Amino acid sequence: MSLLKITDLTQRFGGLTAVSDLQLNLEEGGLYGLIGPNGAGKTTIFNMVSGFYTPTEGTINFDGNVINGKKPHTVTALGIGRTFQNIRLWHDMTVLDNIRLSQHYHLGYSVFEPFLRTKNYFKNEKRIEEKSMELLGVFNLQDIAHEYPKNLPYGIQRRVEIARALAAEPKLLLLDEPAAGLSSADVVDLIDHIRWIHDNFDITILMIEHQMEVIMNLCQYIKVIDFGKTIAEGTPDEIQKNPQVIKAYLGDEGDIYA
Amino acid sequence: MGKYQQKTVMIGGGILFGLLLILAHFKMIDLYVQSVIMFIGVNIIFATSLSIVNGYMGEFSCGHAGFMAVGAYVSSLLTVVLFTVDKETGLSILPASMSLYLFPIIIIIGGIAAGIAGLLVAIPSFKTRDDYLAIITIAVNFIIITALNNMDFVGGSRGYMGMKKVIYGMEGVFKFPYMLFWVITFAIFTVFLIRRFITSTYGKGIIAIKQDEVAAEIMSVDTNHMKLVAFMFSSGLAGVSGGLFAHVIGYVNPGSFSILKSTEGLVMVYLAGMGSLSGSVISAILFTILLELLRPLQIFKWVIIPLILILVMQFRPEGLMGDKELSDFFPKLKKFYKFK
Amino acid sequence: MLTTLLQNIINALQWGSFYSMIALGYCLVYGVLRLINFAHGDIFMVAAYIGFVFVGFLLKFMPGSGMYGWLVLAITLPVTMILTSMLGVFIERVAYRPLREKGAHRLYVVITALMVGLVLENGNLAIFGASSRKFPEIIDKVVFTFGGVRITNLKVLVIVTAIVIFIFLQTVVNRSKIGMAMRAISYDKFGIPLMGIPVNKVVVFTFIVGSSLAAIAGVLFGMSYPVLDPYMGMIIGWKAFIAAVVGGIGDIKGAFLGGFMLGFIEILIVSFFSSNLKDLIAFTILLIILVIKPTGFFGVAKSTKI
Repeated sequence: MSLLKITDLTQRFGGLTAVSDLQLNLEEGGLYGLIGPNGAGKTTIFNMVSGFYTPTEGTINFDGNVINGKKPHTVTALGIGRTFQNIRLWHDMTVLDNIRLSQHYHLGYSVFEPFLRTKNYFKNEKRIEEKSMELLGVFNLQDIAHEYPKNLPYGIQRRVEIARALAAEPKLLLLDEPAAGLSSADVVDLIDHIRWIHDNFDITILMIEHQMEVIMNLCQYIKVIDFGKTIAEGTPDEIQKNPQVIKAYLGDEGDIYA
Repeated sequence: MGKYQQKTVMIGGGILFGLLLILAHFKMIDLYVQSVIMFIGVNIIFATSLSIVNGYMGEFSCGHAGFMAVGAYVSSLLTVVLFTVDKETGLSILPASMSLYLFPIIIIIGGIAAGIAGLLVAIPSFKTRDDYLAIITIAVNFIIITALNNMDFVGGSRGYMGMKKVIYGMEGVFKFPYMLFWVITFAIFTVFLIRRFITSTYGKGIIAIKQDEVAAEIMSVDTNHMKLVAFMFSSGLAGVSGGLFAHVIGYVNPGSFSILKSTEGLVMVYLAGMGSLSGSVISAILFTILLELLRPLQIFKWVIIPLILILVMQFRPEGLMGDKELSDFFPKLKKFYKFK
Repeated sequence: MLTTLLQNIINALQWGSFYSMIALGYCLVYGVLRLINFAHGDIFMVAAYIGFVFVGFLLKFMPGSGMYGWLVLAITLPVTMILTSMLGVFIERVAYRPLREKGAHRLYVVITALMVGLVLENGNLAIFGASSRKFPEIIDKVVFTFGGVRITNLKVLVIVTAIVIFIFLQTVVNRSKIGMAMRAISYDKFGIPLMGIPVNKVVVFTFIVGSSLAAIAGVLFGMSYPVLDPYMGMIIGWKAFIAAVVGGIGDIKGAFLGGFMLGFIEILIVSFFSSNLKDLIAFTILLIILVIKPTGFFGVAKSTKI
């Protein structure tokens, strides 16, 4: 069952073509990787799927809906969660509040109810809090629920950020360089963590990563892009042996000595 | 645990309030002191309403007084037109007895009008932030003032009056310190409403916008909607403060709602700390009292106050209370009331 | 008809010159520090008063007419520029720099700037009182007439000065080493010192230039519209500032053209409608432009990396 289908996706910023004619098809329940050198256009693709950029051309079809051009909060509400390269947690709010806020679209009460404090309001606030604590518990983060992210170690912050993305119960989880800035011990934990999420939640994952250890260990299928275009696709084995990929990352044999 | 103490506080506060009113009614409190209390009340509403946008949402709205003006003029126009006795007929459009309970409704109508005026800054805020939004808010303040200056039917730059007559009319029906009552009531109501807003997950959306708008948008917060709500709520309450202000003084003119008044609001909010509701209340109280204490110094008052804020910015920019509430400093208070 | 139009254009050019000169001052500081120096309009006002005091002093020794008039101007202008620059540098050093060095949030600096403006306004009010002062006449007015259109030598002086300033700034900012340093700082305040650029010196230079501009504008304004009051800087400052933003703040030609544009809008409004509506319509037009194109005509939008 195709969950995310991207056709002919192109993004032009003035004279610069960041992404061109991209095709992507994600099946439900898969664990996919998106790799490529810096500046290849990977985050741009994420930003288009999330709704930050409207694609210049092409269609993004998610779960039967065309989502290009929709606003980010709508896209999230449709079931796409996301983390960021540089952990965008709200550092002056508790971890619990961070988790609560990602359910903002599904509060279950109207604009006036916080002022009127109806029974429905309390019921839903309780539901949100319980669900948030439960989610934190699942990741063993319940003890830090009232801590501020800025005071937590980076590896923990990353886990909180992933938990926050999952609080909205997404069908598709976009992870933008989740291993960035992590120590090698933390990376090992992260790999287990993501694998565990994939096995236990009904979810599809698409991950951008530079650390090959993470990609090769986790992903079932990898897409390689450079200069906004796909240069290879396949299973981890196929990708590792692909000469185009090697060239994109390491350059031609001759270049090293040029 | 909290409920019993909460009730105690409310009852205690209510008794205090009642005592105040009785003393005022029997003229046992100096009129000057009464007017200071009322100015404190108005400033509490003005400052806390500004803290929604400038404090919690982290925007830079510099034209808050414009909304105060809208509320002041709309409510004054309504009360004076409806309740002032026409010299010729000896009658007002509506009997003075109705003014007793229509008054708060008219104040709220003034607030609603101001809330709608808030759209003028809310909508631009979708696409602009920081400095650019600040300029737009200043422009809106100027526009409202100059528009009022040009409206001769409300007196133009000479101002509008008649509100005192409305109050006397109310007192004619039943003698009671109405303005004192309404100012304090609305002040309590304002703080109460804002607290309810900001402690809900819904309201916290605006704090998320302050700390990272991009993340907020991605994490399903409809940022445009929240900005709209925050600005309109904020300017609406400013309008309420304006309506009360107009009736306390009995006279309004566009000049009293200039950028200078907006700056007063800024001083109160930034002195307090951007994320603190109790801070804004305390700051409003301190500031009003400071203004009164410095009154004999006349114009130097307005040299000292900005200097104070400059010093605050230099040495304690997070304000007196940062983003802590009173209950963070006095944890025992948490038993009585939960701010967060 | 044509003569009225031309007359209005001349007036607009003169009026707009002042907005331009002040707008350029805002633009310089914003261009380098990304700081809206809200106190700038009040610095303009202080400069006008400094000029007023100094001219009054000089007039005790020489008449305010003929060659002496020009001499008075020739002395007053640099003196005012120096004194105003000292004020500007003082404010930067005492109020803005400590915050800048601490890496304080821009908001705090902006608030400080607003407060500095208030101190200047009310300080002036305290010293000079509420009544307005009249700037003495020092230049003999010479009127040129071209087919019904009157233009005085003063008007010519103002307009020419504005244009000269613009050309000077364009050259300095775009062609000189220090100009390059100014532009570099606007992109990255923290990395720049590592490149060997003395940030503080460049900032001081910027403030000196900006304040001097305000000084020139202040003296010329006093000569053109001799009534001075402590709040003159506030209104003109805010308007010039909005004009700078509409033109595109941070961009010299944007500020320059924005100032003239506002001048034109205001003069045209006064000629077609009443002068009471002048402020209202001007602000409304500016607001609309800001809403449609928030970065102004020449401004560059700041994009955030997601």
